[in-house]
Amino acid sequence: MAKGKVQSGAFNPRDLARHPSPLTPSYRSSVLRAPAHARISFENSLSEITGPVFGQGLLGPADNDLTINYAQPGQSAIGERIIVHGRLLDEDARPVSSALLEFWQANAGGRYRHKNDGYVAPLDPNFGGCGRTVTAQDGSYSFRTIRPGPYPWPNGGNDWRPAHIHFSVFGDGFAQRLITQMYFQGDPHIQLCPIVQTIKDPDAIDQLTAQLDMDNTVPMDAIAYRFDIVLRGRRSTLFENRLEGN
Amino acid sequence: MTETGKLKESASQTAGPYVHIGCVPSFAGLTGMYGGRDPGAEMVTAEARGARIVVEGRVLDGEGAPVRDALIEIWQADAQGLYHSPAETRGAADPGFTGWGRQPSDAKTGQFRFETLKPGQVPWAGGQMQAPHISVWIVARGINLGLSTRIYFSDEAEANATDPLLQQIGDPARVATMIADKTAQGYSIEIRLQGENETVFLDV
Repeated sequence: MAKGKVQSGAFNPRDLARHPSPLTPSYRSSVLRAPAHARISFENSLSEITGPVFGQGLLGPADNDLTINYAQPGQSAIGERIIVHGRLLDEDARPVSSALLEFWQANAGGRYRHKNDGYVAPLDPNFGGCGRTVTAQDGSYSFRTIRPGPYPWPNGGNDWRPAHIHFSVFGDGFAQRLITQMYFQGDPHIQLCPIVQTIKDPDAIDQLTAQLDMDNTVPMDAIAYRFDIVLRGRRSTLFENRLEGN
Repeated sequence: MTETGKLKESASQTAGPYVHIGCVPSFAGLTGMYGGRDPGAEMVTAEARGARIVVEGRVLDGEGAPVRDALIEIWQADAQGLYHSPAETRGAADPGFTGWGRQPSDAKTGQFRFETLKPGQVPWAGGQMQAPHISVWIVARGINLGLSTRIYFSDEAEANATDPLLQQIGDPARVATMIADKTAQGYSIEIRLQGENETVFLDV
């Protein structure tokens, strides 16, 4: 856990217009799973302001390297080797540190290691598709993986997902909890995908699209993509953390 | 630019049908990951004060069918009403209790199950006490933005009657959707995403 200053104020109200609506019939799975009532707003209490925080001690040495963390010794996953990195910030551009980021994805052929995925593309015996890391003091994070493939999915038509990586993000308050997906700059499927297009604001889609980052590419090894994530900000001031050694 | 800050929150996208790979990999069959322990599987990690309870239930869709691919997370105070969080400024929470749990719904029955502690009371923003409750967050295929609700307890009728959030909701039929029934081991609740007796979801 981060020592020193801890933020413990109420969160800014969520701008629900930036997020997809619950009911988006072009994404068929939402039809029976979308609540009809509006969400009820209320003033944050400690139940929303607090949240679990995960230290670096949680991590194993290969948790943030999907090219090897499911591979046989000496082997690695098939696909374009990439580095995904960026910063976790709040709406006031403050770094969110000690935050757990979890990611999952299909393999280079667009196939998930999951019993419900029956796509004909083969599994890669050296790729699990699961990783995690914890953000540093400046909110930065980085992991290695392979670029996932696009794949078709049953939604009523000829729908294909763009290449994407799923992100599960913790802040330091449970009300910041977020799951989203990262897309890749220049992917023509982004404009065609019913799930991406549940987001109405083009700027919000751009924010989920990682940019090629040649400055952080490792020559003869891996291409870098930059992906910053923004969580809700807090309305109030910083407090000294009184929980030593927690 | 927003009114309140320089940046805007990243938009949510559905967790999709394969959320288990990333969040509960052992459940998904990636049995070697993370030492074989799915994050949030154990909430009571050592001797801890308070009553051990099992909280179980199902998430149901608009046709009443159990959602068998959901991921459910809970967050709650310890038996003394303290959160195991850096943002908890009132004192140190019980070291044997994490307060955070994560479980998939069962792939066949849709049942979820948490082994936890009965939470103590936590103050509202104005200072008065809230009824004991558990914060709940649900994601799944077809859910575009994670759904937040709370679980209250049927044997806390007196505290529930004066809980500020339940009072704000008002309508007894809607309030009832957030109250778990007593069982032999703890409590049980059905979370209805849509339709008759739709659960109250919160803009937290």
